[in-house]
Amino acid sequence: MKKLINQPENVEREMIEGLVKAYPHMLRKLDCGNVVVRAEKKESKVALISGGGSGHEPAHGGFVGTGMLDAAVAGAVFTSPTPDMIYEGIRAIATEAGVLMVVKNYTGDIMNFEMAAELAAMDGIEVRSVVTNDDVAVEDSLYTTGRRGVAGTIFVHKIAGAAAQAGAPLDQVQRVAQKVIDNVRTMGMAISPCTVPAAGTPGFDLADDEMEIGIGIHGEPGTHREKLAPADQIVTMLTEKILADIDYAGSEVAVLVNGAGGTPLMELFLLNNKLQDLLAERGIQVYKTMVGNYMTSIEMAGFSISLLRLDDELKQLLDAPCNAPAWKN
Amino acid sequence: MADSKKVAEVLRKIAQAVEQEKDALTALDRAIGDGDHGINLARGFGAVAARLDEAANASVGAILKMAGMTLVSTVGGASGPLYGTAFLKAGAAVGEKTEMDSNDFIRAFDAAIAGIAMRGKAQQGEKTMLDALIPALNALREDPDFANGLRRAVKAAEAGVEYTKTILATKGRASYLGNRSIGHADPGAASSLLILQVIAQEVLG
Repeated sequence: MKKLINQPENVEREMIEGLVKAYPHMLRKLDCGNVVVRAEKKESKVALISGGGSGHEPAHGGFVGTGMLDAAVAGAVFTSPTPDMIYEGIRAIATEAGVLMVVKNYTGDIMNFEMAAELAAMDGIEVRSVVTNDDVAVEDSLYTTGRRGVAGTIFVHKIAGAAAQAGAPLDQVQRVAQKVIDNVRTMGMAISPCTVPAAGTPGFDLADDEMEIGIGIHGEPGTHREKLAPADQIVTMLTEKILADIDYAGSEVAVLVNGAGGTPLMELFLLNNKLQDLLAERGIQVYKTMVGNYMTSIEMAGFSISLLRLDDELKQLLDAPCNAPAWKN
Repeated sequence: MADSKKVAEVLRKIAQAVEQEKDALTALDRAIGDGDHGINLARGFGAVAARLDEAANASVGAILKMAGMTLVSTVGGASGPLYGTAFLKAGAAVGEKTEMDSNDFIRAFDAAIAGIAMRGKAQQGEKTMLDALIPALNALREDPDFANGLRRAVKAAEAGVEYTKTILATKGRASYLGNRSIGHADPGAASSLLILQVIAQEVLG
């Protein structure tokens, strides 16, 4: 393992402290643990909290700011944060208007956020939650715990964050968050794995001529493995998988070409080149495109494509001003 | 069967065993999960062991509750809430006693399993820790002799771990792998077996 770290057990704390020191006017870390909250004082609006394991930077701490999240809780690398930390985050941001938790659909995240909400409810704080599940690689059936929440989650942060900032009540914020979840789909792949610092060895092994399709965001293996293909073919394959789930033809969409952490922007733009042509061929109108590292898996080389179907309400919220380290409008 | 001191000693031994088996548990998790089960459990039970001195004069229930709260706040992932809830429920079942008998143990074990099933919304046959724990509890209940029952419980849990290799995961991260989860033991079932082995070893002497 070759990484720019000190002790593996200190990676999460040192990363969070470094993030906060980079944006001291925007972010503050709670003393109790790796919880990032907005630096300015509470506003009387619905408060948004999200979180998950570390290793997805800039998610989620980088999305704390005006018009986005009010708090982000960072667990150990690829491990859900614990209920006590999520509870501290909720307490730090809670207002009379209530709290919305944006949770990615993983067994651990669901259980830990649920326990935190139970603790907050005992304090009389109104907490609701939405669960993101945009990954089309995983079949949603009786035989799985449902689809995973992956890169599409950041659209929920942005759009629900804009609604909350505009003063919408908890019902409305929850409704638009769910609308995003219902209309966003993601598919990802990787060409090289990543190494969790505390584990020291890669999450899986891939030969030089192989790629892993249907990858999640935790360095876990995907749904299957294939011979490496040219980039255009890979873009087509991932897009077809998304369109088989929601046919976006005739719709206006927001596009996210998300890097897994170890893929250069050169390749991400190259992938986007094919993607835009493909969407045009399919009669899908692109309203906004984002290319970059938004929801990463440490140093994994790979990417995902997310498509979000937009209507006038979602467009307006997507365009609304926001100011977070990783997303500025 | 076991007083508070003995319960604390068993928890210490569990922490040692999890630390020793950390890499093996993590390797199992790497096959069908995200490769952190051993690391997370070792951190959690290590934290439990570190707090046992503070709890030296507490009741059995209080020690188990302390273990549960510590696991909830230090393990993370799915196994934190699951094992945490298990120990919290076990502690509540034993209550303020300073000495637990075999009936208390069975009640605590039963409550722990019910807690895991409730928190994880899982049942037997889904390739989870329940596939080791439920057969173990059944074996323990069926034997009128507690010591014999405990030996049989460990055997049943071993068989349960083997059984998880043959079935499809429908809960947790391994469910995303579909058929690729078959052939691998469930890491949660394996860690449950390990904990049960330590308990049996310590109780049977």
